[in-house]
This record gives sequence, structure tokens and C-alpha cells, in this order.
Amino acid sequence: MKYLIFSLLSLCILIQIHAQEGNKNYGKIPAVDIRTMDGKTFNTADISNEGKPVIITFWATWCKPCLKEHEAINEVYEEWVDETGLKLYAVSIDNARSSKSVMPLVNGKGWTFDVLLDENGDLKRALNVNIPPHTFIADGKGNILWQHVGYLEGDEHEYVEIVKKIIKGEKID
Amino acid sequence: MKKIFTSVLLFNILWALPPATFSQDILSGGKVTGNVHVDAQVYSADSILGISDSSLNFKKFGMNGFANVLYSNGDFNAGLRFEGYLNPMVGFDPRYEDVGIPYWFVNYKLGKLEMTAGHFYDQFGSGLVLRSWEEWTLGYDNNIYGFNAKFSPVKGIMIKGLAGVQRYFWEPYQTNNRGIVKGFDGDFFINDIFKGLSEAKTKIILGGSFVSRYEQPSVKIFTRDSAYITVDHGDTINWIKKTTYQYDLPYNVGCWAARMNLASGGFNFYAEYAEKGNDPNATNNWIYKNGQALYSTLSYSAKGLGVFLSTKWIDNMSFKSKMNESGNPAMLDINYLPAISKEHGYSLATMYPYGTKPNGEAGFKGEVVYTIPKKTKIGGEYGTTLSLNYSFANSIKKEQTLPGIPIDSTGTNGYRSNFLSIGDLPYYRDLNFLIERKFSSKVKTKLAYFNQTYNLHVIEENIFNDAVIVYTHIAVLDLTYKFTAKHSLKLEAQGLWTKEDDGDWTAVSLEYNVSPAWYLSFMDEWNYGNPDNDKQIHYYNISFGYTQKSNRIALRYGRQREGLLCVGGVCRYVPASTGLTITLTSTF
Repeated sequence: MKYLIFSLLSLCILIQIHAQEGNKNYGKIPAVDIRTMDGKTFNTADISNEGKPVIITFWATWCKPCLKEHEAINEVYEEWVDETGLKLYAVSIDNARSSKSVMPLVNGKGWTFDVLLDENGDLKRALNVNIPPHTFIADGKGNILWQHVGYLEGDEHEYVEIVKKIIKGEKID
Repeated sequence: MKKIFTSVLLFNILWALPPATFSQDILSGGKVTGNVHVDAQVYSADSILGISDSSLNFKKFGMNGFANVLYSNGDFNAGLRFEGYLNPMVGFDPRYEDVGIPYWFVNYKLGKLEMTAGHFYDQFGSGLVLRSWEEWTLGYDNNIYGFNAKFSPVKGIMIKGLAGVQRYFWEPYQTNNRGIVKGFDGDFFINDIFKGLSEAKTKIILGGSFVSRYEQPSVKIFTRDSAYITVDHGDTINWIKKTTYQYDLPYNVGCWAARMNLASGGFNFYAEYAEKGNDPNATNNWIYKNGQALYSTLSYSAKGLGVFLSTKWIDNMSFKSKMNESGNPAMLDINYLPAISKEHGYSLATMYPYGTKPNGEAGFKGEVVYTIPKKTKIGGEYGTTLSLNYSFANSIKKEQTLPGIPIDSTGTNGYRSNFLSIGDLPYYRDLNFLIERKFSSKVKTKLAYFNQTYNLHVIEENIFNDAVIVYTHIAVLDLTYKFTAKHSLKLEAQGLWTKEDDGDWTAVSLEYNVSPAWYLSFMDEWNYGNPDNDKQIHYYNISFGYTQKSNRIALRYGRQREGLLCVGGVCRYVPASTGLTITLTSTF
């Protein structure tokens, strides 16, 4: 019986994987209160980039692939901003154990994008994130059009390609 | 069986609906999103690890899964999480075995007021007096089931109030099977409240909380023996007098906390102080002492440099919804006392991890991260990042309340302690150093060294009167080679050297990535230095994963040591097992 349930569940997930359509709208970025690195409350409804696309990533100081993802993004971030005007918000899900060490880590590594703190996982739950790394790309109006789980070396090249397609109004894959 | 079948049917209906439904508006303006995650294991017998069909209780298949569905329509949100543990995987408490909906909520924002009814998660300050949270990979969920209100009367002030009961596996609340938790919290951003300060360079945030637990105490008694001697016609008679006492247990236990955060230029200072009232409970051996805690951090940041110092002092701060609750897994914790040590990503560096001792510990952590700028002689073409971290945890000083009453005697005030005292018994030390450097567009390396001191008696067995300490040296080389923009190979070589416990280990892993779709990896951890030749075990495994946008399927076959596993783009805590592990995850 258990094998049956498990096969049914896997079948559903596989259906889901193969039935993905392009330019699916996952909804607007939810309005959740999280914090900036200096402790001030920040509501995610205030995420905006003057009508240009936004990338939202989830990471943690203890998540190795997340650190690799952001190190790779940091190398090309200035170039991305010049080409497309995009803006990245890196949301740390570090809880009270490590949330206060996020700012010195981000500055020590010289990361140039915005970092937000989601200490109790409120934004993580509102966006249905399971395990970091998890990256979302939204258009200029706050509609999430693309998301991706995990990080493999070189994944960041795809992010800027998706942003360029959004700016041109093209269909995403 | 019928229950399982209907749940699965419901689940599949939610799931198998054409994806188009989920991206269309429902009920004019509403949106449905969600996720599904399934971890399944098929266990093999493994005589080397001592796993047999009967040691597994004939549960050869374990599955932990959940699905979240979230409905949002403007200011209204509702959601639920369906969970099933059929059977719970090895390492997860068997009391989780069931299927159903342990989490649901409705939430509405009305101007400056936000109300939630149902199950919710929340945190006051840094969690010293209240934190309800969940971590799937740990099997941890202490959500509060009740009401939660948040009110922001003016910009810069946020007041929260909540009341409810916490989750305990699948057990519904009944009078007195656990306590009722109530709390309120105020958060004040001074620069927004006083308009004159809005442009000030220094930003100040103040906050305070109060949390209370009501629980009707059960009758609880203990006896104390005292010896005395009488002499009768020259004969010495030894007597033992047994006195029976009944604990006078409190119905209400309260905690309060005050916090402040100061940010100015590159400096950031945070401090939170908490106190707990009389709370005799199963964790502190039923003593009446108050609890105290201080958590404070100071950091300085500039571009390319980060310095971080933090201190944590805890005295008798275990605060649960139920006085009688103790043991593993930790359930019904109302507050959160994080470990002072740094969470590491490399598997051998997490072999001996530290967990907070709520009855008393004094800890410190310091960290420096510095990047030598790129295009300099020492920094190289791409820059070099250096990180140094040191943390320690010790006991706190405890003295007898009265001569003749040993420390921690049940039914007494326990002991006296001085605020911020550091005791003599070391619990944990961790010094680590990391260098990261990119040599070319194809080669990136990280080199790390760890020196850890782990008091095994204290951390694993809660024995505090002597020290059995494991000293380890750990080194890691992490190398990534990019063949092309999308094809890369990662090599990780680790070594752990110690004269105690299980002896030396070595670990090697090779991972081939094809961005963004798949990875293949091989890993082996070998306990070559185990003093017992039969226990020099290889924990080998091979994994494969395929990702398509926000969907992933991963398979792993082999032997898994308990600990932290990071492969193919994702990090998770994993319990020990031998066999096949399948993970499916999808966000829609």
C-alpha cells in the first residue's frame, strides 16, 4: 500500500515537471514583514526596481551551495546591472543563531547586492520555499515569472538570460 | 487504511489538476501556490552497521512527505500543510507516524491590523522568550495553534499579541495535556517614531516582550532521606528518616525580555536580556530558581571587512509548554536558545556539533572575514577571502544555596549563580580558518582548517561532573574545475584526526555538474582510524539529481552517516541509513 501511495505521489510530481508552461505567473511577491541587516522592519511589498525585473534568492550562511551561488553572482553583478538594470535581493534564512553575523559576512566578502533577513522563515513559507538555494525572478510589476531550486556551477548565467527575456517581453523557455 | 486512501486521493486531486488551473485567477483575484516534498527511503540490511530487518522493526520503507497549499487574494491569505509519515524515516520519532493536516491558517490584513487564526509561527526578538518555528529536515515543529494579532498604530511601532497551544506530534489539545501559551511583544523603531530623528546617522530599535504559560500542575512528590544515629544501652543504631514533600508547583510561569539594537555607520550593537520566573520542570530537576539569559552582539562592517563578536549567557532558561516534558526530540519548547558555535558546511566538521545546554552555559563567538582586494599582488586576479572564527562554551559558576544542600537538589532553589559568571568546565571550543581563492576562470579553491574541543560527557550524556573531551583537527580542500560555462567538476577532500572516540576519518567526494539540469556525485567517508578494526567502516554513496526549474528529483544509494549532507546544490540534515533514498521536491 505504501509503495502505491509513493508511486502515485511521484507520478503527480513527474506530471507537474513535464507540464510546465512558459511565462507561468506564480503570483505577486507576497507582502511579508522581514528585516534589513540593521534590524529595521522591511515589508516585501516595498520591493521595487522602478519597473525593472527583480531577482530574489534564498540563502543561509551555513548553506555551501548558496554561498557559491552568491559568490558567482557577485562577480558578474555589476555587469548585470549595467546591461539590464536588474536588482537582486538576497534573503537570508539564518535564524537567531547566525542572523547577526550575516552583515559582517556579506561585507567581508564584498557582496554588492541588497541582503534581507528572514529570521523565522515567514517569507520562505509565503513563497513555498523548501530548502535553499531557491531563486525567483519577477518582472517590473512584482509578478514572479520564474523560479529555480538548487545551485549548480554556472546556473547564474541562466538568471540574466531570463531577465533579458522579461525585459524584451519574450516567452521564457 | 481508508483514512490513508482518502487523504491520498484528496492530495492527488490537488496535485493532478492541470497546472493551468493554478496559474489562473480563482475567485476573482485569488491565486493558489504551494509546494510538495517527499523523502523516501528503502532500507537494506547491513551487517557492518548492525542493521537487520528486525532492528528496523521490519519497516523497510520510510517516507516523510508534505504538501503546502497557499491561497492569496489581496489582504486575505489562507493555507494548509498536509503531512504524512508512512513510516517515519529512520531517525525521526515514531510518534510522527500518521497522515493528516497538522497546520492550517487564515490570515487577514485590515489596515494597520493583521489577524491570524489557526496554526502560526512567530518570534519575539531573537527568540529568548518565544519562538515557534519549523525545520523539516530536523523533524522540528512547535507551531502555536490559536490566535495571533499584529497592530501597527503608527509607523515605527509594531505590537503583537498571541495565545494558543503548541503542536505535540499529532496529539490534539485536551485540557491539561499541555499548557496554554500567551504573549505580547512591542517593537519600536525610534527613528520613525520621532520624526526629528528620521535622518539621524544612528538608528535605534527598542523592544520588549512578556510570555506566560498556564498549566494545571499534577500532584508530584519526592522524598528526602536524612541519616541520624541514636545510642541505646551502648549500641549504636543507624536510622534513616524519610520525609515526603509535595512540590508546590506554579500554575503560571512568566518570562519577560527587553532588547535594543543600535546601528551607526558600520557598527551594529544588539543586546537582549530575559528573565524567567519560578519554573520547576523536568529539565532543571524541579528547582525553583529563576532563569536569566543575555544575548549580545557587536559587529563592524566595511567593504571587504566584517568583524563580529557575540556573547551568550544562559542560566536555567528551558521554557516548555509542559513541565514534565524532556528528552529527545525536543518538543514543546516555547523559546529558542541557539548554539553559540558556527554551523559548518563540510561533513567532517559537523561530526561533533554543539547544542545549547539550557540549564546553564556561558559562550562567546568571534569572527573576522576579510577579502584581499582583486588585482593586487597578494589578492591575485580575483581577490582572496580569509575568514577566522572562534567560539567557546563553558559552564556557569554555581554555588550551594545553603551548606548541606547539594547544587541542583530537587525541590529547592537549586543553586546561586552570579550573572555573567564563567564556570570551569569547558563544553566546547571551535577555532577555524578558511581561505577562498579563484585562480582563473576555470579553477576555484577553498582551504579550511578546524580545531575543535568537544566535551562528550556534557554534550551527549549530560554528565557534568567530569570531562571526557574529544580533541579534533580537521582539514578540508574544496576544488572546483570548470570545463565549460556549464560543465564543472567539484572535488572535496577532508581529514579528521583525533586520538579519542572513534579515531581518524577521511572523506572524499567528487561531483559532476551540468548546469542547470543535473549532477552526479560519488562520496566516501572512511573511519580508517577506528581503534576497533571491525568498525573501520566506509560510508560510501552515489547520487544523481535532475532539476527542472523549481522541481527536483534526487536519488542516493549507499551508506549514510548521520550528519549534514550537501550534494548537487542542496544542504540537508540526514540520519544514518543504508539503502536507497529518493527525494522529490516541487514548488508550484
